[in-house]
Amino acid sequence: MLEVANLEVVYHDVILVLRGLSFSVPDGKIVALLGANGAGKTTVLRAISGLLDVHEGDITKGEVRVDGEPIHKLRPASIVDRGVTQVMEGRRIFAQFTVDENLRVGAHTHFSDLEKNLDRVYELFPILKERRKRTAGYLSGGEQQMLAMGRGLMSNPRYLLLDEPSLGLAPLLVQQIRDLIVEINRQGTSILLVEQNATMALSIAEHGYIMETGKIVMDKPATDLMKDEDVQEFYLGLHAGGRKSFRDVKHYKRRKRWLS
Amino acid sequence: MTQFLQATVAGLSLASIYMLLALGFVVIYKSMQVLTFAHPAVMLFGAYMVSYLAIDLELGFWVALAGGMIATAVLSWIAERVAIRPMVGKPLFAIAILTLGLDIAIRTPINNLIGVNIRSVGDPWGFGTWNVGGVIIQHRAVAMIVTATIVGTLLFVFFRFTRVGLAMRATAADQEVALAQGISVGRIFSLAWIMAGAMAALAGTFASSDLSGLTQSTYLVALKALPAIVVGGLDSIGGAVVGALVIGLAEAYTATYQGQYAAFLGGNFSQVIPYVVLLVVLLIRPYGLFGTEEVERV
Ligand SMILES: Nc1ncnc2c1ncn2[C@@H]1O[C@H](COP(=O)(O)OP(=O)(O)OP(=O)(O)O)[C@@H](O)[C@H]1O
Ligand SMILES: [Mg+2]
Repeated sequence: MLEVANLEVVYHDVILVLRGLSFSVPDGKIVALLGANGAGKTTVLRAISGLLDVHEGDITKGEVRVDGEPIHKLRPASIVDRGVTQVMEGRRIFAQFTVDENLRVGAHTHFSDLEKNLDRVYELFPILKERRKRTAGYLSGGEQQMLAMGRGLMSNPRYLLLDEPSLGLAPLLVQQIRDLIVEINRQGTSILLVEQNATMALSIAEHGYIMETGKIVMDKPATDLMKDEDVQEFYLGLHAGGRKSFRDVKHYKRRKRWLS
Repeated sequence: MTQFLQATVAGLSLASIYMLLALGFVVIYKSMQVLTFAHPAVMLFGAYMVSYLAIDLELGFWVALAGGMIATAVLSWIAERVAIRPMVGKPLFAIAILTLGLDIAIRTPINNLIGVNIRSVGDPWGFGTWNVGGVIIQHRAVAMIVTATIVGTLLFVFFRFTRVGLAMRATAADQEVALAQGISVGRIFSLAWIMAGAMAALAGTFASSDLSGLTQSTYLVALKALPAIVVGGLDSIGGAVVGALVIGLAEAYTATYQGQYAAFLGGNFSQVIPYVVLLVVLLIRPYGLFGTEEVERV
C-alpha cells in the first residue's frame, strides 16, 4: 500500500501548498485524485516521487510510505527502485529521441529486464511498436501520451502515478487512454490517477479523493462520488436547474483562510 | 599538391587535439549547462602528470599516460564536486567566472612545477616520420588522428547505445524527467567531468609531444578548442568534431599558404585564424553550425 499521511509541502520556504493531506492507494486498485487548477495535485505527485527539490519545494510535515516504510527522504532514483514511478503532466517525452530510446531511458533502473518490459509495452501500445524508430517529437498528442505511460512502465512499477493523462486529447483518445489504464491496472499495477476530467477518472477508479487548496475535502468510493450532487455540479459539469452559488453548498466546506 | 596534403595532415593533427578538448567541453555543457573555462588548466595538469610519471618516476609512457588520465579525471571530478555542484542553479555567468578562478587555481601550481624548462612527456613517437609519396607524415600525427577517431567512435557508441550514455543524453534534454526515470543526475554530472578530464589529459599529452614539448604556454592550445565548440554549437557532439576539423584545418592551411598569398597579414597569423573563423560563423549562424537554437535551461 502507498500511503500519504498528513503531508505538508512548502515551496520556496514560504508558499504553503499542501496542508496536512492524507490518502492511500491500496495494492491492485485505481485511485482518483481530483481537484481544480492549482489545488496541489501535481505537488502531491512530486512529493511522492521525490521531485520537489527541482522546484524548491520541501516536505515540512508528514510522511509518504510504501508498505509502512517511509520513502519521502529518499532520492528519486531510490523511489523508482521501490516501485513508484510518475508519469508527468504534459507528457514530457524526450522529443529528440526515438520512441525506442525514450523507452530505454525509462528502463534505467531495471535494465536487466529491458527486453521483457519492452515487449510488454509494445504489446500494450502496438502503435508505438510501429513507430519505434521515429523521432518522438513528431508523434501525435495521443501517441506521445502513450509513450510517456510506456516509458513509466519500463521500470516495472508497483504504483504508477499518472498526472492528467487525458489533458488536451480528443474524446475518442481519452476513451482509449482510459481503457489502457484499466488494462495496465488489470496486469497488476496500482494506479494513482490525477485528473481534471472527473468523469473519466471516476468511471474507472475504485475510490476518489477530491482536493481543494491543499486539502482533501471529500473522500468516497467512486460510484458514490459520481452520484454526489456537488461533485456533479463542480466536477462533472452536470447540474439540474439554475446555477447554484458556491455559498449554498453546505457540507462542501471551503476553508476561509483569512479567518484562521 | 604535396604541400596541400602536407598541410592537411598537419590540420588533422591539430584537429585531433582540439576535438579531444572540445568533446570534453561539450559533454560538460550538455549535461549541466556549464561552460567550463577551467579546461585549459585541466589539460595542462594532465600533460604535467604524464610527464612526471614518465620522466621523473620513469614508469614508461603507456603507464604514465594511463596514470595521467586517471589523475586528471579525479582532479576534474573533485573540481565538479567541490566547486561546481554547489553552484548548480545559480546564474550561468557566476559559474563561468568560478571556472575561471578554478583555472587559475589549478594552473598556478602546475606552472611552478613546469618552471621555465621544456619538459617531455616521454612519448614513443619522437620525431619519426614516414614518407608517403613525398608527403612527410609524422608517426605522432598518425597516433593522434587514430586515437581521436577511436575516442570519437567510442563516444558515439556510448551515447547511442549504452544505458549510461542514454541517461546522459536524457539528463541533457530534461533534468526533471531524467530524475523521474530514476537517473541519478548528480552522478551524471560527475561522470561528465571525469570523461572530460581524461580526454583533456590525452589532448595535453598529444599537444606536448611535438617539437615544442610541454611548457607553460602549452596551455594556449586549449584556448583554441573554444572556437571549435562555439563553431560547432555548444551542445552538439557531432558539432564538436566538425568544429575541431574546421578550426584545425583552417589553422594549418593558413600557416602553409598565408606567407605566399597574404604575407601582409604578418607572421603567425595562423594563431589568429581560429578566432576569425569563430567570428564569421557566429555572424552567419549565432548558434553554431550544429547547435540547438533554443538551448533551454532547467
Ligand atoms: N515551483 C513552485 N513554486 C511556487 N509555487 C508553486 C510551484 N509549483 C506550484 N506552485 C503553486 O502550488 C499550487 C499547486 O500547484 P500544483 O501544480 O500542484 O496544482 P495542480 O493541482 O497540479 O494544478 P493543475 O491542475 O493546474 O495542474 C499552485 O498555487 C501553484 O501556483
Ligand atoms: Mg498539475
